[in-house]
Amino acid sequence: MSKYLLDKFLYTVDRDPELVERYREDPRATVEWWEAERANVILNVLTGEKSTWLKFDDVEREALATFDIVKLFELGAHPFLSLTLGIAMFERDYEEPLGYQLHYAQMLKHFEMPYPDITT
Amino acid sequence: MATIAAVIASTHHPFYYRASTSTGAERPDFADEWVAKITSFRETLTRANPDVLVLVGSDHFHQIWLDNMPQFLVGKAPFYDANWYNEEREFGLPKMFFKGQENLSAHILRSGLDAGFDLAFSNELRIDHSVTCPMITLRPECDLPIVPIYTNIFAPPLPQPKRYVQLGQAIRDIVETWPENLRVAIIGTGHLSLELGGPRQFGPHGPDPEFDRKAVEWIASGDIEKALGEVSLESLWEPGNATHGFLDFMLMMGVAGAGQAADYVDTLDLFHTMEAYFTWYPKGGNA
Repeated sequence: MSKYLLDKFLYTVDRDPELVERYREDPRATVEWWEAERANVILNVLTGEKSTWLKFDDVEREALATFDIVKLFELGAHPFLSLTLGIAMFERDYEEPLGYQLHYAQMLKHFEMPYPDITT
Repeated sequence: MATIAAVIASTHHPFYYRASTSTGAERPDFADEWVAKITSFRETLTRANPDVLVLVGSDHFHQIWLDNMPQFLVGKAPFYDANWYNEEREFGLPKMFFKGQENLSAHILRSGLDAGFDLAFSNELRIDHSVTCPMITLRPECDLPIVPIYTNIFAPPLPQPKRYVQLGQAIRDIVETWPENLRVAIIGTGHLSLELGGPRQFGPHGPDPEFDRKAVEWIASGDIEKALGEVSLESLWEPGNATHGFLDFMLMMGVAGAGQAADYVDTLDLFHTMEAYFTWYPKGGNA
């Protein structure tokens, strides 16, 4: 299990406007492409030297392929990253201010303290 | 020697810029009261007549990432660009630009290292809303040179709470030994109880009003001992999953000094979070 890689996916998509739209439109294909092409990119290395060992397990891949925020929360993905990217993709679908954010909270309401550990 | 002109601790709310600049139907009903409180808070910095600002905040996974995570980092650059695409997208924050005070950055780094704090540094730092929010609220002209200091309140494992207090105390001592005859304001922002990306987010108040009430009392009275007695890395999860931002308030209590009551205290109960504003004037305002 790699909380780090879940976070890396959320982080690198969130900061790229094109990827935000691509993930919204076709999440499964975006996750597959990202795992093949981007998962092993070291973010501050521009020379093409990469890591060789990073990959999702099946549960993580499915959670991202469906942007399942309940599962991501349970897996210990960083909640700030999930929320920020969720707002970027779906706030626009809600008419009321904070409509998406409140829906998001509602989906997680069965979690009690302590929440899943987010330490990477 | 430099003079500490003011010590300021504040929440940083990225919605303030949009709320305060919106008009007509777009303007939220709480905007006028919020602007009035910020205007009054801003006056506490203006009155201190600072030449330089030291700004303590925390990067929200912008430039600082999990493959290379410092606990405490001092910016040492001649200039700083500020605010990021996702902050413009979510909060409507503008791109900003600041001049750095490299000489003070170098002094803080050298003296901090010698005092036992293994500070990281950055010579090219694009800062985020933890630093730009207090500039928008307290010094919108952005006309003073700055030294940004980042703490990790975001990506566990974190240092223990007492370490933030100790670093605050060290920053105070270090700035006071800077051999320049300039007035320095030290400003830090954090959070009271806060939940982000969890079931208690965006409620009608902050997630734990009782924690907020106690925290405001600790800060306002400078009761470091009580804060350290009641707060641990584990306990901070209880008031809300982003409440570790309170560690930056604890750092600022260290800057202000044990037992030092704040000269200015104000709060604003908003949806989602309690806003809180504190100013100390060392030497009773005669500095």
